[in-house]
Amino acid sequence: MSEQAAPRRRNRGRYEGDVPREHYLNVAYGLKSWLLTVDHKRIAILYLLSITGFFAIGGLFAAIIRMELMTPTGDLMSSEVYNRVFTLHGVVMVFFFLIPSIPAVFGNFFLPMMIGAKDLAFPRINLASWYIYTIGGIFTLAAIIAGGVDTGWTFYTPYSSTYSNSAVALTAIGVFINGFSSIFTGLNFIVSIHKMRAPGLTWMRLPLFVWAHYAASIIMILGTPVVAIAIFLIAVERLLGVGIFDPALGGDPILYQHLFWFYSHPAVYIMILPSMGVMSEVIACFSRKRIFGYAFIAASSLAIAVVGFLVWGHHMFVSGQSAYVSMVFSVLSMLVAVPSAVKVFNWLATLWRGSISFETPMLYAFGFLGLFTVGGLTGLYLGTLATDVHLHDSYFIVAHFHYIMVGGAVMGYLAAVHFWWPKMTGRMYSEFWGRLSAGLLFIGFNLTFFPQFLLGYMGMPRRYHFYPDEWQVLNVLSTAGASILGIAYLIPIIYLVYSLRYGPIAGPNPWHATGLEWTTASPPPQHNFETTPTVTEEPYDYSKAIENVAITPGAGPESPPSPAAPRS
Amino acid sequence: MSQRHGPVTAAVITGSMPEMDNDHGPLQHHFDDMAQQNESAALGMWLFLLTEVMFFGGVLTAYAVCRYLFHDAFAEGASHLDVQMGTINTIILIFSSLTMALAVRAAQMSKTKLLVGLLIATMVFGGAFLVIKGIEYEHKWVEHHVPGKYFQYDGPMANQVHLFFSFYFTMTGIHALHMILGIGWMIWLTIRSWRGDFSAAYFSPIEMTGLYWHFVDIVWIFLFPLLYLFGAGAGAGH
Repeated sequence: MSEQAAPRRRNRGRYEGDVPREHYLNVAYGLKSWLLTVDHKRIAILYLLSITGFFAIGGLFAAIIRMELMTPTGDLMSSEVYNRVFTLHGVVMVFFFLIPSIPAVFGNFFLPMMIGAKDLAFPRINLASWYIYTIGGIFTLAAIIAGGVDTGWTFYTPYSSTYSNSAVALTAIGVFINGFSSIFTGLNFIVSIHKMRAPGLTWMRLPLFVWAHYAASIIMILGTPVVAIAIFLIAVERLLGVGIFDPALGGDPILYQHLFWFYSHPAVYIMILPSMGVMSEVIACFSRKRIFGYAFIAASSLAIAVVGFLVWGHHMFVSGQSAYVSMVFSVLSMLVAVPSAVKVFNWLATLWRGSISFETPMLYAFGFLGLFTVGGLTGLYLGTLATDVHLHDSYFIVAHFHYIMVGGAVMGYLAAVHFWWPKMTGRMYSEFWGRLSAGLLFIGFNLTFFPQFLLGYMGMPRRYHFYPDEWQVLNVLSTAGASILGIAYLIPIIYLVYSLRYGPIAGPNPWHATGLEWTTASPPPQHNFETTPTVTEEPYDYSKAIENVAITPGAGPESPPSPAAPRS
Repeated sequence: MSQRHGPVTAAVITGSMPEMDNDHGPLQHHFDDMAQQNESAALGMWLFLLTEVMFFGGVLTAYAVCRYLFHDAFAEGASHLDVQMGTINTIILIFSSLTMALAVRAAQMSKTKLLVGLLIATMVFGGAFLVIKGIEYEHKWVEHHVPGKYFQYDGPMANQVHLFFSFYFTMTGIHALHMILGIGWMIWLTIRSWRGDFSAAYFSPIEMTGLYWHFVDIVWIFLFPLLYLFGAGAGAGH
């Protein structure tokens, strides 16, 4: 509690209080208290564990892919096995890690706290969403055991519906079921944001994390049902042979691509928008500055959600859609870059002349800024008709979406893990190991995926496990990077688990951050707040001193100083 | 949306153990008052129906594309549907919507017996619809018009007619599944109504089920002309 005089400098003093006597983790023990819980915080922990499990499975498949691609000859496995490996990597990572990741874990945990509510609007539907996710996951794991699936994560027809000799129906049913968990989460978020806000919490006082989740939830409830019916039709087609996507029976395979990408392109924004929400929180906190352009960042989230629904055709430039349609989709795809750029520029303006410190979450945020920008800019090559014909289905596109998905969404996820870990567990992790693994992740990531841009530009197609000898150097570089990446993923698991027992006590607000979630104890009590908080000011007011004070049970949350602080 | 049950009591906001507090009145621990809870349930239900619109929207889009491509074959396929049975089913469903709407009204007026009776009537109408649908399916089975391995059609454009029946079974099948789920849910609501859970003070679950039921009816109102009447008109033109 030493240097509170300087309001813009973070207090680095160690918290001297103790963890609260009773909190959400120790109100009840035993398996039943977890599996039947309706507490959004416990459901978030359930999601955290299961999502980490699926991430490990998806990562394992990625490791196998990179091992295979070390040599040009395809000597580790047969083509059939390779097809299954990259398909399962995609299916597991997209549907069981990336789409639920930040919303289901951090949205579940912190969205109710950020709006000052005791829980989400529908706690039981929230729990149901986890069970649905688990059941969908079990179907997919069963498909892996039943011999895997080899269609690619996109399930393109007519290969998936007619020709593939793998467990397509089982996987499709798994993905179909899993979609409902996403729908339930999105529905819960929208209703909660509309109806559960604390007194005084107007729309323009909402944290940008909440705005981002609102936008992502719109996509979840409008897009997911469409992919659900498309994948349902594939399962029906395989089981009963109805022929809707089978040209031999008069059906239309391109129709499937339209239905699939109508969801699966906006799904990219389900993955990245929550991550952008995390960025707004982290960058403002570690710059000690009010976020620049609050209204623009909030509105750009909605703009991304709306325009994102109108660009799906850019996945189909070479699939046989009319040239005029392709032109329209190309222009609209350029348009969606605008709100994304608005966000990036606003974050940069927030950093400008801020009092920046380089804690682990901030390092991940910097990683996000750089990698997301590269990923976004290379997207323009793919949204441009002429260049896409050359780059389509090459390693360029693999590199592009990994820069967005891993460089954007996973970086955001890890930033969120490190930013909110003290709040979720009440303990601090090792800052040294945190920074080290963030740095390793950045190096490993770039080493893995930058060579793939070059490979793709030179013409290496995706989804083949043999290639001409002259591309081996770049492929070996990529595999070496993947090894570093793998280590950078493993280190946090060790020090985070270690911190649960041996980490220093965090206190309610170790980062001296604004936001309602930091005004309550760490870990939070079962109903989040001792008394319902009242909000009197806009978010991200970092011009005032924020202390890491002990919160005595029974007392209200620390009341923020009421006089409006001067804008910095 | 709410499954809470038990007598209406005032002491409801005590829940220190939400895992255990299933039985203390209709107001759940995390809401401030009934108005907030009811508004949340209504908004949640409307959003859920929005997802349903998108769900059916996907298959309707596919149908529209294929009908545009194979107009004549679809008209031919549609002429094999039983317009009479479809019409009877439409009337039955509209009546079930009426009894459902009256059930909500009965709950609002705290008329428990009337509420139970109307819910049962709604389920009977729904059941009758499914029975007639089943008879239609059976006819199609006998005529070898069920898509898949056993499909037989001796005429031009057999593949495209097959496609029409694929859509017919997929769309009416999903619709019937929605009705079965609705009836299953209504059985639970009838038991709760019989127990006296609902009154003018608390009828949100009945109202939400009503919204769902009307939605399922409206889906049929779209499916009926798209599948049945299309063929009837084209058939008359031959």
